[in-house]
Amino acid sequence: MTAVTLSPRRVAWTRRRRALARTWAQYRASRPGMIGLVILLAFVVMALIAPLISDSGGLVASNTIQNPAWARPGEFGPLGTDHLGRSVAAQFVWGARISLFVGLTATLLTMLFGSLVGILAGFFGGRPESLLMRLTEWFLVIPFLPLAIVLAAILGPSVQNIILVIAITSWPSTARLIRAQVLTVKQRLYVDRSRALGAGNWHLTTRHILPNVAPLILANTTLTVPIVILTETTLAFLGLGDPDRASWGRTLDEAFSAGAIGRDAWWYYLPAGLGIVAVVLAFTLCGQALEEILNPRLRNKTS
Amino acid sequence: MSARFVGRKVLGALVTLVFVIVFNFFLFRVVENDPVGTLVRGRNLTEEQQQRLSEDFGVDQPMPEQFRRYVVETAQLNFGLSFETREPVWDVIRSRIWPTVFLVGTSAVLSAVIGTWLGIQAAWKRGSSFDYASTGTTMLLYSMPDFWLGLLLLVLLANKLALFPTGGFTDAGGDATGLAGLADQAHHMALPGLTLTLAYLGEYAIIMRSSLLDTMGEDYLVLARAKGLRDALVRRRHAVPNALLPLVTLIAINFGFVLGGAIAVESIYSWPGLGLATYQAIRAPDLPMLQGLFLVLSAAVILANLLADLLYAYLDPRVRSES
Repeated sequence: MTAVTLSPRRVAWTRRRRALARTWAQYRASRPGMIGLVILLAFVVMALIAPLISDSGGLVASNTIQNPAWARPGEFGPLGTDHLGRSVAAQFVWGARISLFVGLTATLLTMLFGSLVGILAGFFGGRPESLLMRLTEWFLVIPFLPLAIVLAAILGPSVQNIILVIAITSWPSTARLIRAQVLTVKQRLYVDRSRALGAGNWHLTTRHILPNVAPLILANTTLTVPIVILTETTLAFLGLGDPDRASWGRTLDEAFSAGAIGRDAWWYYLPAGLGIVAVVLAFTLCGQALEEILNPRLRNKTS
Repeated sequence: MSARFVGRKVLGALVTLVFVIVFNFFLFRVVENDPVGTLVRGRNLTEEQQQRLSEDFGVDQPMPEQFRRYVVETAQLNFGLSFETREPVWDVIRSRIWPTVFLVGTSAVLSAVIGTWLGIQAAWKRGSSFDYASTGTTMLLYSMPDFWLGLLLLVLLANKLALFPTGGFTDAGGDATGLAGLADQAHHMALPGLTLTLAYLGEYAIIMRSSLLDTMGEDYLVLARAKGLRDALVRRRHAVPNALLPLVTLIAINFGFVLGGAIAVESIYSWPGLGLATYQAIRAPDLPMLQGLFLVLSAAVILANLLADLLYAYLDPRVRSES
């Protein structure tokens, strides 16, 4: 063997690849996890190819003026039309894009902020920690939805603002979880050894702390997406969604406001709701499967 | 429980309340540096009317003076006038509190009791068909937007089967007092109550199940069995009480969620509570109303958390001794 193959970087990457392969093998053994993954992939593919399978022009009321309103499925289009003659199928397909996009980006932002606060608080301790954790607790106590509503009402309805609002309201629980994990990792011997060898805070946090809390962050991310999607849906249903974009929550809002319930226009209010349930359930199943593999507290449980 | 422990918890809750009040001020004055602009967005108002609004909101004053006025007025429960109806915000909120307390209180208790019971049964007979059915149903309910569940129940139970009224607080013109009036209100509360109960029991069932599964591995349960206690007795006396502990905190956290869920559910069923008021304030938009509602809802959740903390300490001596 030459010295090149044994470079520390090479060794580290080989190890990481093996760990990933091991995790995937464990994940594949979980039936709920695989079911969730398949449902999820189906929706992601549908959202990505939306421009190919559905004409977004059908979402704009001015284009659909000649279409029949309240058409049943089959009478006009695969899923019928709404009170303005717009295609319900198009709303479903394009709505999936916004729901998934907001769900993923807002979760990413939440994780970024929560992990940053959690790692800073856990690693440095002392006064910054007590300050950050006090702030976290305050945000935990403020009721989540009213806060999101107030923020969204002030910032105005747009996709970016909804993402921002969700991130601002949902980071605290992640911060608390990550901090607890950082506190246990910090105690380990190799952190002390590395410090004794002259490692600085940047090296310690990025090379030792972060890789060790990363699996937990990943599992928590997958479990946060469903909550975020439900929040987005609720905000849109309450009239705080982006008025220019179709989303499942907005479809439900319009269906309810237009009287789809009284008319029993089931093709109008069922698809969007079922889409939400499917995506949320899929993410929850994936997240629980990942958590069982990656969360050290659950890993050795015999349940 | 020592008086010092209670005092510290109460003080903590008060500090949180102060944080919320200050935060609320900055939300509406600093983030939104032009509240009047927001109010008149999309409305036709004359220069003079805008000027009067600026004075109403005190935004023509310097910031520290605005803050002083805000604190004094908030302490007097003066949240200003509703932009829509020009009524004092607090008067509107006060008239909406009781319907929400009845609805959210009943649903929070029912979802906790039923969810916990389901979790216990599922964990005790782990792997049984009951476990599969209960876990599957609760996962499904947990994945549903609460308002969509409400819409489904509205279609099914109110429109199709006509078992319940579609909305409102009492029958039209129904001012029956006493027992008949109470029955009428309960009849109207049944559907929103059922919606909130079903929407929030899933989490209790899931958490209770895993908490009891954790407890079932403990040595004292083996000992209890070795003593010859019957299965039901082991469960009731030894397993369940310990597994219940994490639930106390969950009830307080969930109270906040049920309160939030009530916003959409109350508006579906036109239940005249704080949730419907919030919905109407969003639609208007009525910022002074939203601000007042946000403060009142936050205060309610802070109070619920305080009560849960005290209850937890009463139930678990380990928490009390922690400094």
